[in-house]
Amino acid sequence: MAILRYAGEALKNLFRKPVTRNYPAEPAVYPDRSRGHIEIDIDKCISCGICQMSCPSDAIKVDRKEGTWDINRFDCVACGYCVLKCPKKCLTMVPGYQEPGPEKYDDLHHRSAEAMAAEAEKKKQAALKAAAAKKALAAKEAKAPETAKPVAAENADGAGKPAETPGK
Amino acid sequence: MAKRSVIPFGPQHPVLPEPIHLDLVIEDEKVVEAVPNIGFVHRGLESLADKRDFNKMVYVIERTCGICSFGHGLGYVESVEHIMNVEVPDRAKFLRVIWAELGRMHSHMLWMGLMADAFGFENLFYACWRVREKILDLHELTAGGRLIFSVNQIGGVNKDITPEMMQQILKSLDEIEEEVKPLEKAFVNDYSVQSRLKGVGVLTKQQAHDLGCCGPFAKASGMSFDYRMTGYEAYKYLDMEPITGTNGDSFDRCTVRIKEVYQSIDLIRQAISKIPEGDINVPVKGMPNGEYMARIEQPRGEAIYYTKASGKKYLDRFRLRTPTFANLAGLTETLKGADLADVPILILTIDPCISCTER
Repeated sequence: MAILRYAGEALKNLFRKPVTRNYPAEPAVYPDRSRGHIEIDIDKCISCGICQMSCPSDAIKVDRKEGTWDINRFDCVACGYCVLKCPKKCLTMVPGYQEPGPEKYDDLHHRSAEAMAAEAEKKKQAALKAAAAKKALAAKEAKAPETAKPVAAENADGAGKPAETPGK
Repeated sequence: MAKRSVIPFGPQHPVLPEPIHLDLVIEDEKVVEAVPNIGFVHRGLESLADKRDFNKMVYVIERTCGICSFGHGLGYVESVEHIMNVEVPDRAKFLRVIWAELGRMHSHMLWMGLMADAFGFENLFYACWRVREKILDLHELTAGGRLIFSVNQIGGVNKDITPEMMQQILKSLDEIEEEVKPLEKAFVNDYSVQSRLKGVGVLTKQQAHDLGCCGPFAKASGMSFDYRMTGYEAYKYLDMEPITGTNGDSFDRCTVRIKEVYQSIDLIRQAISKIPEGDINVPVKGMPNGEYMARIEQPRGEAIYYTKASGKKYLDRFRLRTPTFANLAGLTETLKGADLADVPILILTIDPCISCTER
C-alpha cells in the first residue's frame, strides 16, 4: 500500500506527446472498413427497392417510376445491410461520417434519362417476348391433343434414346 | 433514533452516465433503504420485433446498447440460429469470440475510467479512456464501427478478420497489456483508492446468490459463475477459469474487472492462435418457427434473449433481460447501511447500463 502510486505516470504525461490528433488541421484517418456513409452508383441501379425493404430505420426510399433513390442521411444508422442485399452491388459503404446539420434533409439521386429509357426499352422487349411466348404456348396447348405422340418422341430424343413411339 | 428523511438521487447526477432514480431513505448519514426507479429512456425496441423482418432485427437489437452491442447481436442471432437449426461454421464462432472479448475489454476499460472519475481521480480516468481508444480503433479496423459492430448475421458473420488485421490486433494487445499494468497498480495499491473502496458495500456470497446477481458483481462475492464456462460459440475450445473475489466489497469488484481485462487479452490470443480456416457464414433458408432462450455472458453479466417465432417473417415476441436488471436487487441490498457519500460509487460498482435495461 502506498500513496501517490500513479504520480510517476501522471508526471510522465506532462512530457509526453499528446495521444489525440489535432483534428481539423490534421485530417482524420479512417480504416477501409469504416462504416461512414452509403454511396450509390446510380447508373447501375435498377430501382428494385430491395434496399428500401431491408433498411431497419426506413431511411431509404426508392421510386421505380421516377427512377429516384433517396436516402435520409440523418435516419441512416450505417448498418450496411442494404449494401449486403443490393443485387447489382451499386451501393457501397465509404469512410467519412455524415456531417451534422440543423435539419434533416434527403439526399436524392436521379437515374439518368438514358438509363431509364434503356430499361423501358428492355422491359418492352421482355414484355413482347413474354407475350410471344404466351401466344406460342397457347397455340401449342390448342394443338396438344393431336400432337401428343410427337411431343413424347421429342422428349425421348432429348434424353438421347432412340425415338420409340409408345404403342408400336 | 435519528430522524429519517428521503433524498432523491438521480436521474441526473454528475456520477451517473445514464439515468436511474433512487429514493434514499437516510438516517443521519447512513442509508437505511433505497428504492430504485427506472423508466427514463425507454425506447420500445422489443416491440419492433413484430414490425421488422427477423434478419434486419439484428441491427435493431445490437443498437440496444452502445457498450455491449456485440453481445446483444450475438445473443439474438444465437437464439434465432437455435430455432432454425443452423450450424455456424467454426471460423465464425472464433471471430465472434474475438469480437465479444474486444467488446468486454472496452466495456471494462470504460468502467474503470468512470470509477476513477467517481472517486475523484481525473488523471486515472483519462488514462483508462486513452487505453480504451486503442480497443475502439481495433473495432473500427475489423468491423467498421467504433461501438456498433453490425457484423453478426443469422448463420455466421458478414466480415472476416484478415491475417494482417490479426497481426494488428496482437500488436495492439501487447501495447494495451503494457498500458493497463500501471493503471492496475493505481487501482490496487493506491492508499487513497483503497480507502474509498475497501469494505464498502459488502455483499456476501449467499446474498448474491439469493438476489440472483450475475457478472463481475456476483463474481466479486465469490460466486464462481461465468456463462462462458458452458462453452457457447468457441469458448469450448479455449482455456479459461472464472475470476472470483473473496470479500464482495467494491474493491473486489474493481479487481475482478481488471483481471477480466487480462483474461480477455488471453482469450483473444488463444482464439487467434486456434482459429481455423473456412467459411464465415452459411446460407439460411426459410423462416424461424419455435421458441428459444439464449444466454450469453455480457461484460456486465449474464444476459437472456428469448425469441418466439411462428414461421413468419416477423417474430412473435422478443425479450431481453439485461444483467443490470438482475443486479439492481443486489444494489439495493448493498446500499443498506452505506454512507451517503459512498452511494455514487456503489451504484457504479454494478456497472449500470440503464438504457440496456429499459430497451
